Amino acid sequence: MSTPHPSVAPPADTEGWLRTGHTRNEAAFRALCKLAIALPLCLLLLLAGSLLVEAWPRLGVGFFASYPSRFAESAGILPALVGTALLMALTALFSIPLGVGAAIYLEEYARPTRFTALLELNITTLAGVPSILYGLLGLELFVRVMDLGRSLVAGAATLALLLLPMLITVSREALRTVPRELREACFALGADRFATLRRVVLPMCMPGVLTGIILSLARAIGETAPLITIGALGYVAFLPTSLGSAFTALPIQIFNWVSRPQAAFRANAAAAIVVLLALMLLMNGVALWLRRRLQKRITG
Amino acid sequence: MATAARWLLVAGALALSACGKEKAVIRVDGSSTVFPIMEAAAEQYQKGAGAARVTVGTSGTGGGFKKFCAGETDISDASRPIKKTEDEACAQKGVEYVELPIAYDGIAIVVHPKNDWAKSMTVAELKRLWEPEAQKKVMRWSDVRAGFPDKEIHLFGAGVDSGTYDYFTEAVVGKEHASRGDYTASEDDNVLVQGIAGDENALGFFGLAYYLENKDRLGLVAVDDGKADNGDGAINPTAETVQNGTYQPLSRPLFVYVAKKALERPEVAGFVKFALESAPKLVAEVGYVALPERAYTLAQARADARKTGSLFTGGSQVGVSIEDLLGREDKGGK
Repeated sequence: MSTPHPSVAPPADTEGWLRTGHTRNEAAFRALCKLAIALPLCLLLLLAGSLLVEAWPRLGVGFFASYPSRFAESAGILPALVGTALLMALTALFSIPLGVGAAIYLEEYARPTRFTALLELNITTLAGVPSILYGLLGLELFVRVMDLGRSLVAGAATLALLLLPMLITVSREALRTVPRELREACFALGADRFATLRRVVLPMCMPGVLTGIILSLARAIGETAPLITIGALGYVAFLPTSLGSAFTALPIQIFNWVSRPQAAFRANAAAAIVVLLALMLLMNGVALWLRRRLQKRITG
Repeated sequence: MATAARWLLVAGALALSACGKEKAVIRVDGSSTVFPIMEAAAEQYQKGAGAARVTVGTSGTGGGFKKFCAGETDISDASRPIKKTEDEACAQKGVEYVELPIAYDGIAIVVHPKNDWAKSMTVAELKRLWEPEAQKKVMRWSDVRAGFPDKEIHLFGAGVDSGTYDYFTEAVVGKEHASRGDYTASEDDNVLVQGIAGDENALGFFGLAYYLENKDRLGLVAVDDGKADNGDGAINPTAETVQNGTYQPLSRPLFVYVAKKALERPEVAGFVKFALESAPKLVAEVGYVALPERAYTLAQARADARKTGSLFTGGSQVGVSIEDLLGREDKGGK
């Protein structure tokens, strides 16, 4: 902090020097903050730019409609793209009811006992566990013990486990944003807990919950380690026909291509990365849009 | 409530997966080094009419054997021979296998293109440089050979979990999995290429294919094994010297292991036959070196006879040609 300048004429202008000192610091700090945001943004743009340049020649219809191949020019991402889409749909199907359900229980029904405190501690801890451990758990539990094999369901169930802690946390945050007065008003009108939840609390926190869901799915879409651990494949030349099908996913295909010696495969990897990034951006965009829309419905 | 829902979900998933039975699938998994070869074979094989489906995974040689010995896969790719412990694990589960060599891979010793002194090195010099005792001692080029410049030497190499590392240490240091630890290690050979291409004092080792794709950014070191009978003097790795066994000791065979039980299935036997027949062409296309023609014939005979067990029970054999090994066993009889 700056000290008052000795030469500045005393009392009359106290607020004056305060303000000037204030603005000078303010400007410096502001510049620092702008630099902090500009630096990663520039890096990101640089990265995305060079990626796009390398990827551009490969991003044709053929790339989306072909199976992988030993010839980089005719290789495509069809099974990986379909695998990723199905994986996301199934993961959402598994994790949303469990995650939102657990959040509702913890937030609306559970009494603050030692047990719930322990549960909460566990959930926060699990949120920080490295994803490969979920892969190992999935391999043992879903692939081996439950004998689901190296299938889509096993992959989706593993990713769902990975997402649950995050989903529960964001859903609880969203539930907490609904003012208590509203719940009390409902109870005063004679509604029970369930009716209150269904008619008032859930609709009000929906934007938050949905955003949380989509953002967690956008995180899951890039996960490679747990999928490789449970045995997702490097090469599949057919599309999944059932939940028990073997599968591959975009991050795995990318990983695969990046490690090839031939430079032509790196262009393929770049193109697949662009597709993956586009999917993530799309999901984040949808989250933003949904949030705006639903919020308008509630407030307006 | 959450637990009840979870069990319900599990039951549902089980029911769904049970009703979705697939048609015949040949499951291949294992080494990521061998992956391009099997991917090529699977791609070409599935172009044939009525072919079964083939899936290829990249769990690594060790991870692949774990699944293979648990009966989860039909064929396991390996960049090194099966280890004794893995062989025992397979035996315990009653998984018998047929060991088939599929290609050669050369390990190239690579330096920066501006390096004009290390055009060739002997195995003894490489050993002096890479053995565990060299750590923090052999730090300059002049320590490797008197006459080399008095400059720092920066080492790059495969990560310790890779088959490449296992083979390199066995061939150069003489003991599998023993080397100095103060070098830049990466499982991704492209990272090593970047590192060496940007460092004038660098020396490293990795798969020959990665050198051939980056020739203009790297320099090659010829290797002299000090034996006259398989090519005198220092020899550069090329498709030819790797195949005819003169680039020694850094040429290694790559394998596929086929479960004997899977081999009873006509589609698996058919796929293996196809892979061995088309290997010379496919192997070259993906950047590896094909075995001599006769080795594939011997391998096919081995598969036909369902000859189980490994020729390498004592670990990697350095400097022995696959042809000799297969042929020797052939003559040796039952």
